[in-house]
Amino acid sequence: MSGKLRKTFTDPLSENNPITIQILGICSALAVTVQLRTAIVMALALTTVTAGSNLIISLLRRGIPPRIRLIVEMVVVSTLVILADQFLRAYLFDVSRQLSVFVGLIITNCIVLGRLEAYALQNPPLPSLLDGLGNGLGYGAVLVLVAFIRELLGSGRLFGAAVLPEHLPRNGLALLAPGAFIVLGLLIWTQRTLTKHFDSE
Amino acid sequence: MDLLSLAVRSIFIENILLASFLGMCSFLAISKRMETAMGLGAAVIFVQSITVPVNWAIRRFLLAPGALAWTRLPALAALDLSFLTFVCFISLIASLVQLVEMTLDRFFPRLYHALGIFLPLITVNCAILGGSLFMVERAYTFPESLVYGVSSGAGWALAITAMGAIRRKLRYSNVPAGLRGLGVTMILTGLMALAFMCFSGIQL
Repeated sequence: MSGKLRKTFTDPLSENNPITIQILGICSALAVTVQLRTAIVMALALTTVTAGSNLIISLLRRGIPPRIRLIVEMVVVSTLVILADQFLRAYLFDVSRQLSVFVGLIITNCIVLGRLEAYALQNPPLPSLLDGLGNGLGYGAVLVLVAFIRELLGSGRLFGAAVLPEHLPRNGLALLAPGAFIVLGLLIWTQRTLTKHFDSE
Repeated sequence: MDLLSLAVRSIFIENILLASFLGMCSFLAISKRMETAMGLGAAVIFVQSITVPVNWAIRRFLLAPGALAWTRLPALAALDLSFLTFVCFISLIASLVQLVEMTLDRFFPRLYHALGIFLPLITVNCAILGGSLFMVERAYTFPESLVYGVSSGAGWALAITAMGAIRRKLRYSNVPAGLRGLGVTMILTGLMALAFMCFSGIQL
């Protein structure tokens, strides 16, 4: 892989991470991270949809009239989301129940639409596919990290198996909504201090 | 009675932003200024209270298993189109936002100009699609979905207005560089969610 292509793929993993740097796709990052299992399934579903829609839109980019591009993009994305949803229902029914509405909400996930608008409409298929994969995995990395912290602190388990000794107290707050906000806030602080990416506000 | 209880629950206890994390993107981006936060909040209440009941009707009369029975055509009566839910809901939301925009522009120009750019942005606000999907998942009746639409929108507006006010004060405080902007907003939202949790258990 040439240097430029590799950069397209690796940039969103850390330097330009969709969640911690670009502030996109926060909703689902918070909602599905109570357990590692659901977080990983969600990350894979989003990566598939982002990569797939980036590839399709990039192939169609010369044929889409600019005025109706949003509708075309929405239709492509929701078709892929329906496929992902039906797949999860067929093969991973219990996880699909836990994810509840959040698989459907991939449609309005800003990462998907953001990458289509910012990248796939101007670039050839291969880089677009890599860009989609990179952004999906960058999102997934944050999801897994947040889920790891929340499941470990909140219930003392990882992938549902107990890892902390029984006598250690559990912090139930980590499993609730406020815990999710605070864990992600601290994670963003760490990441931005490391990459020296500061808001001017 | 039940409807009032549902309203209180969806505004305070199960706040669509603070408990279900929906609509975070625009919440983080727009809450910088108090005035725009209130404008967007009003627009979300408006759109949400139309889309949830209309999506209820679409689901009931077109998509649910056996919903097409009213056509009295045996070929259609047994059809289950529920796999089309996402496409139908999102296209309805997109076109409804467009329609609302045009109506406001024609009949209420002042309100239209006050909302400005925020109106079209509502299409991709996940609180709107999420509200409709929750309505399906929790099997609300028509009056319930009407109340749920209005009050979940109101809950979102309450949260963004409060955050707009907090961030205004935040401008005068010395926040560590890496935490500035997004980081501190997330932590503040966490504290706000914590405060809203004290409403849980209220029954009317």
